[in-house]
Amino acid sequence: MARVVVDVMLKPEILDPQGQAVANALPRLGVTDVSSVRIGRRIEIEFAGEPDLERAREIADKLLANPVIEDFDIKVLDDATAEVA
Amino acid sequence: MTTQPDTATSDAEAPAAAVSGATTKSTGFAATDVLVNEFDGGPDTVQRAVSTPDELQPHTELGLKDDEYDRIRQILGRRPTASELAMYSIMWSEHCSYKSSKVHLRQFGEKAPRNTRMLAGIGENAGVVQISDEIAVTFKVESHNHPSFVEPYQGAATGVGGIVRDILAMGARPIAVMDPLRFGAADHPDTARVLPGVVAGIGGYGNCLGLPNIGGEIVFDPTYQGNPLVNALSLGVLPVERLQHKEAAGVGNVVVLLGARTGRDGIGGVSVLASATFDEGAEQRRPSVQVGDPFMEKLLIESCLELYDAGLVAGIQDLGGAGLTCALTETAAAAGTGMRVWLERVPLREASMSPTEILASESQERMLLIVTPENLDRVLDVAEKWGVWATAIGEVTAPAPDGSPGRLVITWNGHVVVDVPPGSLADDGPVYARPIREPADLILLQADKAETLPRPSTGDELRETVLRMAASPNLCDKTWVTEQYDRYVLGNTVLAQPEDSGVLRIDEQTGLGVALSVDGNGRFARLDPYEGARLALAEAYRNVAVTGAEPVAVTDCLNFGSPEDPAVMWQFAEAVRGLADGCQQLGTPVTGGNVSFYNQTGAAAIHPTPVVGVLGVLDDVARRIPMGFPPPATEGDLLFLLGDTACELSGSEWAWVTHGHLGGRPPKVDLVKEQRLGALMARASQARLVGAAHDLSDGGLAQALVESCLRRNVGAQVALPEGGNSSFVQLFSESSGRAVVVVPRGHEKAFVALAAEYGVTCTPLGLTVAEPVLEVRGEFTIPLDELREAYSATLPRLFGGAAELANRHGDPEHAADPSAPRSPDKGDEVLVTAAAGAAMESAAPIEADGIPAAAAAEVKEPVPAGGSVTLELTESQADDDGTPPEPGGPIDPEQSSS
Amino acid sequence: MRIGVVTFPGSLDDGDAARAVRIAGGKAIRLWHGDPSLHNVDAVVLPGGFSYGDYLRCGAIARFAPAMESIVDAARGGMPVLGICNGFQILCEAHLLPGALTRNQHLHFRNRDQYLRIESADTAWTNTFSAGQEILIPVKNGEGCYVADERTLDALVAEGRVIARYIRGNPNGSQRDIAAITNEAGNVVGIMPHPEHAVEELTGPSLDGLGFFTSVLRALAGASAGGQQHAGGQ
Repeated sequence: MARVVVDVMLKPEILDPQGQAVANALPRLGVTDVSSVRIGRRIEIEFAGEPDLERAREIADKLLANPVIEDFDIKVLDDATAEVA
Repeated sequence: MTTQPDTATSDAEAPAAAVSGATTKSTGFAATDVLVNEFDGGPDTVQRAVSTPDELQPHTELGLKDDEYDRIRQILGRRPTASELAMYSIMWSEHCSYKSSKVHLRQFGEKAPRNTRMLAGIGENAGVVQISDEIAVTFKVESHNHPSFVEPYQGAATGVGGIVRDILAMGARPIAVMDPLRFGAADHPDTARVLPGVVAGIGGYGNCLGLPNIGGEIVFDPTYQGNPLVNALSLGVLPVERLQHKEAAGVGNVVVLLGARTGRDGIGGVSVLASATFDEGAEQRRPSVQVGDPFMEKLLIESCLELYDAGLVAGIQDLGGAGLTCALTETAAAAGTGMRVWLERVPLREASMSPTEILASESQERMLLIVTPENLDRVLDVAEKWGVWATAIGEVTAPAPDGSPGRLVITWNGHVVVDVPPGSLADDGPVYARPIREPADLILLQADKAETLPRPSTGDELRETVLRMAASPNLCDKTWVTEQYDRYVLGNTVLAQPEDSGVLRIDEQTGLGVALSVDGNGRFARLDPYEGARLALAEAYRNVAVTGAEPVAVTDCLNFGSPEDPAVMWQFAEAVRGLADGCQQLGTPVTGGNVSFYNQTGAAAIHPTPVVGVLGVLDDVARRIPMGFPPPATEGDLLFLLGDTACELSGSEWAWVTHGHLGGRPPKVDLVKEQRLGALMARASQARLVGAAHDLSDGGLAQALVESCLRRNVGAQVALPEGGNSSFVQLFSESSGRAVVVVPRGHEKAFVALAAEYGVTCTPLGLTVAEPVLEVRGEFTIPLDELREAYSATLPRLFGGAAELANRHGDPEHAADPSAPRSPDKGDEVLVTAAAGAAMESAAPIEADGIPAAAAAEVKEPVPAGGSVTLELTESQADDDGTPPEPGGPIDPEQSSS
Repeated sequence: MRIGVVTFPGSLDDGDAARAVRIAGGKAIRLWHGDPSLHNVDAVVLPGGFSYGDYLRCGAIARFAPAMESIVDAARGGMPVLGICNGFQILCEAHLLPGALTRNQHLHFRNRDQYLRIESADTAWTNTFSAGQEILIPVKNGEGCYVADERTLDALVAEGRVIARYIRGNPNGSQRDIAAITNEAGNVVGIMPHPEHAVEELTGPSLDGLGFFTSVLRALAGASAGGQQHAGGQ
């Protein structure tokens, strides 16, 4: 069964204090070579029939992401292969 | 709300709680799962139980003693099915059956003072007190200690959710919460793991429900290190005729499950089932902590209230610890009826759940309704309107023809998996009379008095002590915590922390309101549990009275170690006796409460910690008395000390902070004097003779003065009475029954006369002054700025997290409080470690700001307009080379920093 | 004057907004999110709270409510609309106002009594204040950090559409200390702090919040008397 996966991330210029907090915690794990962490959201959509990328894009643009502060990308994942939209 | 020994805790790091959601995750019912698999894939049914009477069952692993197991077989006339066994193990567990505490808690009923206000009491979901002809309020405090140690955010959040549902089940709209919290040492790394998560969880859940947080406590003591206490109180309001009941009355009525779907949350929580899991497979089968969804609970509240107002509900019970098991058995047992339930109708989150799991699930945000058949459709409509699941899962059946109670019969896809008398689960659980024995060390402990410890005597030493005490974790400014709570929502909060009690307006027309305070003192109770319980009661009573309200009812949360330890059991017995006696004397009945046992790590129990909540009534909230000194008239307003001061330092905050000392006897309690003081305050508030009043408790008079001055930045010139006690004793003794009041000039004669009339000692103490200093004549003077700095810096320094440090200096390793020297200090290292730990383990975000509100209000550098601001820092962010500060710098990296 | 107050699933300060309307002298009409009719109200308040539990993003789901469709239309036609806190978030998601509200920079929910400076009295909701007036009202939110790109921020400032700023401390990290903004026409206002919690001496830190509600009543009275309703910007 194929799913459409939408990844939503804050635009690069938007401050991400949560990502920062995680990055600042990494040295305590002994990890010192990470320069940045940013946190986003992943949404998986299963259509009743075939995955419809255009519809998914519309859904993402209208609801899943806030275009003022977020970017998104979409891909289709099925059991066999991962297809990048 | 687990009271079972959590064998994974204490010296081990907190296990990452397994959150429900995995479809193939095995559960704490491993033992019973085995049983299931033995029978060709079908569940263990009554029929099979009859035909396989000698089948071995894991009753011990499930926490049942041999004699208890035998009793079950007797009650049923056969061996129990797997589901029935699970239900008995849950309902007969300490948390659900109160088996160790029942014999003692009876005193609350036996010694209950006569009163006409109580509409519902112990045994109901929450106590209900009538406050006017039409209006009643309901309130209760409960614990969620063990889950909060395991998963601070969700443990605390679901604790709030649970107590709110109890309030809702009485027919009330929940209108406030309070949180008495107790943690280990303030500077311990694990405290930094637990506290921020707990606070965020309480805020996250309570704020999203729209309930103002109007008070609580934050206490630090090493005794709670492995066993933090997260008690949650909620208050609700209802028209008297909307009081709901849990009885499943009315044969033929429909049993409806309302709210969230049922998943594997918390299986292994309340009951002993967790202990069944700690074998080789333990890693996968750790107890699941419940996960809360406050939005779902908000919808549940609104839909239930709509159902109540439309009269569509015949009975209602919330699903708390022990989930469906508890709700079904209690509602049926309360009515003496039986019930028929089709378990496959329960909406599930995971289709693979076994009947036992469905019955034991502690999924949150669910209620059980009893509905007449003709109302069912409307009930379903209301649920749909609010977007909550509502499913008819059963019906009420008749008692037996001979009048004996009906049976609870549960089928699952046609298989009869449960057929029991509900009363045997709900009411006939074991009752233990556990051995009690005074702790062997108590005599020595009581002999080790604090009154003989070295004490400060000079003005300078006293000054330094006042500052050090004000900055100490238990006494310091709690704003860092309380700012994370919404106090304004619903628009009826008249007083909230740091005031002595939370005051809410109930009736906008008449001004009728209530006051609530919740207090406890583990140190006093350790020294003498009987007196300690009475002191907690007296303190809560006094806090309510000092705001001008009339105390009328009590709720309690009794936090103790293991009941299997005779010393703990003795402490429990003494504390209950003290509370019952005290309530009887004060005329304020215990209307409900909670017991939390097993708060101990290895052999070390926590201090016995009875937490007492007192509810008071104010006929007109406009006359409430706040605690902060008001800006005085030109010649100053008059300060008086009410009550008597003796040299009582044992168990005090001073002895603890200065000498790390706990020993001696706690201060004496005189409940008659407390009543007189309360009556005086009520009368004084009616006559508008008092501008402010603050009760004396931890830290004594010094702390009360500090808090009252800083509240509105008003100074005081204090002249301690000559002769008798030394200045030190007058400032730091913790004698009970005392308050500081401000009387506006012109009213002092009347006030003094009134105090005499009520038989309350009234000692002139000095004046309030406009100049912002606290002066104790002949001893010291402290500018309020200096006092505030000491008072307000402590919690932010301890609990602001790594992100906050990074925001300030871009260097978490070496960041420090800007006002402190620029070298890493222990608090910050601890902080960074803890924050790193918290980032990994906690669901809660990293706390990132610690600037105290008072400092924020007095930012020294003006915030440059047009520049992006990273909070209220008082120092310039940019380095001299002009590089933008980072992180936390402007969003557009091209813009130079302001 | 009929002032509608919308209730979404999860709205929390709707009752308080209604009380503020009443105290100001208006008639509060409770509107249900699922009902596209606005029942002849003259203005609308979108109250604070956690509509839809703040799922996905604050206000992201509420903006699609049937009531919102009507409100967007009405707003474009000049109806005064005030979005408070979650209401502000919904207005941004619905693109009635520019920018967005994000997580407080310090990652906490924060409830404080906050000083603001009113920068513009030229809107339907601030005309009883004077520009430069300092007021004290509660702020309480976890996602109150206002952000927008530099061009938008510059335009807001240049056009006088920043109608209130945080002073004496910024409680959430909002850019340019922005606490409230308005649209070009001056009829739609989004404000992060809660004026409805500063309308009674008994329960609030001041009475300063009342001005928002008396302003809209005055604006509506002026409009119905044929006077100039509002002027956006300079």
